Amino acid sequence: MTHTQHNNFRPTASRQNLQLRARLLQRLREFFDQRGFLEVETPLLSADTVVDRHLDPFCVEFDNRRMWLQTSPEFAMKRLLADGAEAIYQVTRSFRLGEQGPLHNPEFTIVEWYRTDDDMDAGMQLTGDLCEAMLHCGPAERLSYRDAFEQYVGIDPHTADVGALISKVEELGIARPDSLSADDRDGWLDLLLVDRVQPHLGMERPTLLYDYPAGQAALARVRSDDPPVAERFELCVSGIELANGFHELLETDELLKRNKNINAQRAADGKPTLPEQSRLLAAMHAGLPASVGVALGFDRLVMLAAGAKSLSEVMAFPFDRA
Amino acid sequence: MAGYNTSDFRRGLKVQIDGDPYIMIECNFVKPGKGQALYKCKLRNLLRNTVLDRTYKSGDSIEAADIEEIAAQYLYRQADPFVFMDTESYEQYELSIEQVDDAWKYLKEGMVCGMMLFNNNPIAMTPPNHVVLKVEYCEPGMKGNTATNVTKPCKVETGAEFPCPSFVEMGDLIKIDTRTGEYVERVKE
Repeated sequence: MTHTQHNNFRPTASRQNLQLRARLLQRLREFFDQRGFLEVETPLLSADTVVDRHLDPFCVEFDNRRMWLQTSPEFAMKRLLADGAEAIYQVTRSFRLGEQGPLHNPEFTIVEWYRTDDDMDAGMQLTGDLCEAMLHCGPAERLSYRDAFEQYVGIDPHTADVGALISKVEELGIARPDSLSADDRDGWLDLLLVDRVQPHLGMERPTLLYDYPAGQAALARVRSDDPPVAERFELCVSGIELANGFHELLETDELLKRNKNINAQRAADGKPTLPEQSRLLAAMHAGLPASVGVALGFDRLVMLAAGAKSLSEVMAFPFDRA
Repeated sequence: MAGYNTSDFRRGLKVQIDGDPYIMIECNFVKPGKGQALYKCKLRNLLRNTVLDRTYKSGDSIEAADIEEIAAQYLYRQADPFVFMDTESYEQYELSIEQVDDAWKYLKEGMVCGMMLFNNNPIAMTPPNHVVLKVEYCEPGMKGNTATNVTKPCKVETGAEFPCPSFVEMGDLIKIDTRTGEYVERVKE
């Protein structure tokens, strides 16, 4: 067993795909450099970590201290914004415990950028432009989360109650987890999204899905429409989620409140809670300028450009061979 | 009862659902970036051969099936049941024709096969990948014709018929790939 594990030193990606990867990285830096973005580097290992119900960081313990490998460079980059940076981007590694499959690797390359004063429209425009520059795929179309659900599921995701979502899952014959609780509204929406909506998105040209249910705001601000929606968008290409953007939340109190709620959910899910206090809070307290921030999975981008089906075809050494 | 957590999920895992044994034949990890991680699985019922679609949330678990794989020697056929013997414990097990399925075509007395036990009861067997069988009847061979693309049916000692090249003759020993049911070659012994 040990022998076979140590035997195979070779990369899983072809040399051709590794060359493509290098070219795309170059093109990506050109894209941001041409638009006046500053490339930055922030710690991979930090005393702070994003508090998210469904993101599990790798914890590193030493000398009676505890730090986290970053699930994204979000906190540190926002600290730079609070210090006066206006347009920054980063290409770095991020780590997410337990995420492994053809489209997931626990360690992956993330591209993250922020530009102050952007609103949803400007943030989506830039994301679409980047996608077009990288994949030569034509301009992105925009589709609201509500319209997408009405079109592909036949339900209004903002007003339907959980009972209606569950009936829809049953009516469509979607295999459902027994453990998905009847009050986990966002869990049922995710199940419908993954099974019935996302596979249709970005087929002819990239799709920007926007205005998410308020319960899925994460670190996005919530716009007080009726019903309120999270100012969040995702970029999908060929049915694959490629990037996620927020019109960033600025209020310290709101973040603290969300952190508390998320930790309560994590505890109920049987997961370790995460620190609610962080240097991001201090930065927000000092004054975080309005901005849009976007994170993009670079490995998936290369995979799509290569016409590959799995990340292992474009990563030299995926987790199993790391 | 022992179970498998979603982090153990992989193809080939043998689990128990509603009392039946299943093998995981597909397991797809899907996760919306900010959402719940889901494992969309296909499981084949090892008793009925039906396929079940199931979705699990990360952290869920499935009961492990008490499945044991042993080597069993085929002894003889007694009306319906085929009788096998565990090569280590010498315990005898019977399988019905439905459980043996197409594998009867390859079963020669004394042949050692793979056998799967569920809660100590036999549920399936697999013959070796290659078996050598004696041709008992076929039309006369065409001398000098070594082409392998022209075939004729050859009846072997188990009673089954396999398409073989026309040069094969009665009394020949032929090697068959049991995974495809195809003729491989003529062998001396």
